[in-house]
Amino acid sequence: MFLVPDAVVRFFHRMASPPHFYAFTERLMPWLTVIFTLLIVAGLYGGLYLAPADYQQGDSYRIIYIHVPAAWMSLFIYVVMAITGGIGLIWRMKLAEVILISSAPIGASFTFLALVTGSLWGKPMWGAWWVWDARLTSELILLFLYLGVIGLYGAIDDKRSASRAVAILALVGVVNIPIIHYSVEWWNTLHQGPTVTKMDKPSIHVSMLTPLLLMALAFKVYYVIAMMLRAQVELLQRERNSQWAKAKALEEGGL
Amino acid sequence: MTMFDAFSAIVRRDLVLAMRRRSEVANPVLFFILVITLFPLGIGAQPKLLQTIAPGIIWVSALLATMLSLDSLFRSDFDDGSLEQILLSPHPTSILVLGKITAHWLTTGLPLIIVAPLLAVFLGLPNQSLSILLLTLLLGTPVLSLIGAVGVALTVGLRRGGMILSLLVLPLYVPVLIFASNAVEMAAMGLPVNAQISFLISVFLTALVLTPWPTAAALKMSINS
Repeated sequence: MFLVPDAVVRFFHRMASPPHFYAFTERLMPWLTVIFTLLIVAGLYGGLYLAPADYQQGDSYRIIYIHVPAAWMSLFIYVVMAITGGIGLIWRMKLAEVILISSAPIGASFTFLALVTGSLWGKPMWGAWWVWDARLTSELILLFLYLGVIGLYGAIDDKRSASRAVAILALVGVVNIPIIHYSVEWWNTLHQGPTVTKMDKPSIHVSMLTPLLLMALAFKVYYVIAMMLRAQVELLQRERNSQWAKAKALEEGGL
Repeated sequence: MTMFDAFSAIVRRDLVLAMRRRSEVANPVLFFILVITLFPLGIGAQPKLLQTIAPGIIWVSALLATMLSLDSLFRSDFDDGSLEQILLSPHPTSILVLGKITAHWLTTGLPLIIVAPLLAVFLGLPNQSLSILLLTLLLGTPVLSLIGAVGVALTVGLRRGGMILSLLVLPLYVPVLIFASNAVEMAAMGLPVNAQISFLISVFLTALVLTPWPTAAALKMSINS
């Protein structure tokens, strides 16, 4: 609270209240949808049409425009879950719990998408749908971690304590992910090395890199949209006895 | 009563309880032996094949046997209310939890290590890798108990926690499985295994220091719900 400006603190305090958060997401949603549409159209046009074919892999490399952003998102969302889980455990912030649990199915879907596109790419490149390669395997284990979070949340009836259980699990998982990742990598590696995150000079041409980054941004915005929609539903469900949720439900004309 | 007294009191209590229910203690070991016996029956008794996959079989079976025994870690205490008394005690819950995990390892992990040489002979594991197998089990099975404790603490309040427990715990066991079985495999070929053993030691120490906290937090959560 020493380094953070007052306005930011006030913003977070206001966001901790469910009706404010709900109204905020409703205001934000149209903007996000426009940004997402622009990004995904630009990214897909650049990636599938403008970018040249790879000299070795031909056109089949173009799946990276889905595969790589999905794989990035799968890790990113788990980290978001761990951070919001920590916030929820320490400050007992309801909203952090809601964001944590709303993120889990989206993260699992991105992980699944990364696995499926990876296997589709692997068939022509490696000649097999599934290879026990380091990154495929650790992505699969990540999927299991996500399913564990979703399963545990579903198994506990009281949603407040379910959120706390899930937060503990997410924190334990985030400590383990690097350990699992490196042990699997050490165990066996066949996947091509990372091409983008080499710091000095990415070994990918700019015309291929720009659409990839656009797609990555589009996926991030998509995640925010999907997470907010899920969080809205989750909030209405949890707060169904409160005045604002009833008013909201009447306004939407449902129930 | 110092913290160490409380710790040893918990260990002693759990060991006495285990001695009164010997059949429960014997279950994981019998399961371990049985699963390993099933493999030669399932894939055929070619000595060469068995010898190559022996480290993996032994370690996967140890993983499953530990999984099976995890539920007993907090279950009876949760049911009869003594878990609440443990949480109410003035001593740090994480230390008391560590006592329970220690007792659990003494009654489930240690017997696995004792029968492991017999099973290694069953599967025709070369003699030079036997000591490494025992060393990996000695370092690895405590990690299985420590990580498993977090999963059990999260699910102890559930009526059907069994399936979800395996989903929570097995992915976290992967690093131990990889390094331990690889060490045994390398030792069988006469290669040095210092790196794998160092890794297992570091995983053991990390788990020893870090896991009692989430376990204690999860137990408090389970008690309240």
